[in-house]
Amino acid sequence: MAVKVQQEDFDPGAEIGALTAGNHAIGGVASFIGLVRDMAKGEQIGAMTLEHYPGMTEKMLAEIEAEAHKRWPLDASLIVHRYGRLEPGDRIVLVVTASAHREAALESCHFLIDWLKTKAPFWKLEETEDGNGSWVDARDSDDAAAERWKRTDPGKAAE
Amino acid sequence: MKILYFAWLRQRTGIDEEDVAVPAEVTDVAGLIDWLKTRGDGFEEALQDVSAIRVAINQEFATLDAKITPGDEVALFPPMTGG
Repeated sequence: MAVKVQQEDFDPGAEIGALTAGNHAIGGVASFIGLVRDMAKGEQIGAMTLEHYPGMTEKMLAEIEAEAHKRWPLDASLIVHRYGRLEPGDRIVLVVTASAHREAALESCHFLIDWLKTKAPFWKLEETEDGNGSWVDARDSDDAAAERWKRTDPGKAAE
Repeated sequence: MKILYFAWLRQRTGIDEEDVAVPAEVTDVAGLIDWLKTRGDGFEEALQDVSAIRVAINQEFATLDAKITPGDEVALFPPMTGG
């Protein structure tokens, strides 16, 4: 399990390679990469700044990662989340999960990105022409995406 | 007590972090927010809609009825938009 909160960009291939190197019990690796889009609510976006709560961010990411390991048999996992000023096309977040089999890797990766969106203390400020910026509103669809993992506990699905 | 403000709460109060001596009668998060509101226009504006505010005490999510003590670190922020 590893969490990195950083300003600088990351290399997904290098991160995945380092995470799984030497562990031949791993049969499947799933990853999700979040990028900055150039449109929001039909408006063109120049750039955005991601603010976070140092200390609590790392703690919350470690907690949700530990929750994923409780629910699925994972051999390795990694969350990298950037902060600071980002431009359209830039990578924001990387989630990687590795397991003996694909189901655990794919499901836990999906779980982590859904939970991260509603539980990790990050806030996006989009740059606007007037220079004041506009704080991105939390979306109900993100809450709903996080909520469905509360109802589904794969560890108990067979009971 | 250490109070932290993030995102638009930081912008509207004009403060990112402060140490405050909270009156003894303020014992929970809801009471703290009511007291902070009396400290000026920026605070009143930032804190008027409590439903739009999320709270963490010592870096753990907390509800409005959670108890607070003088040594706590209390953070006030809007719903999160990472990922």
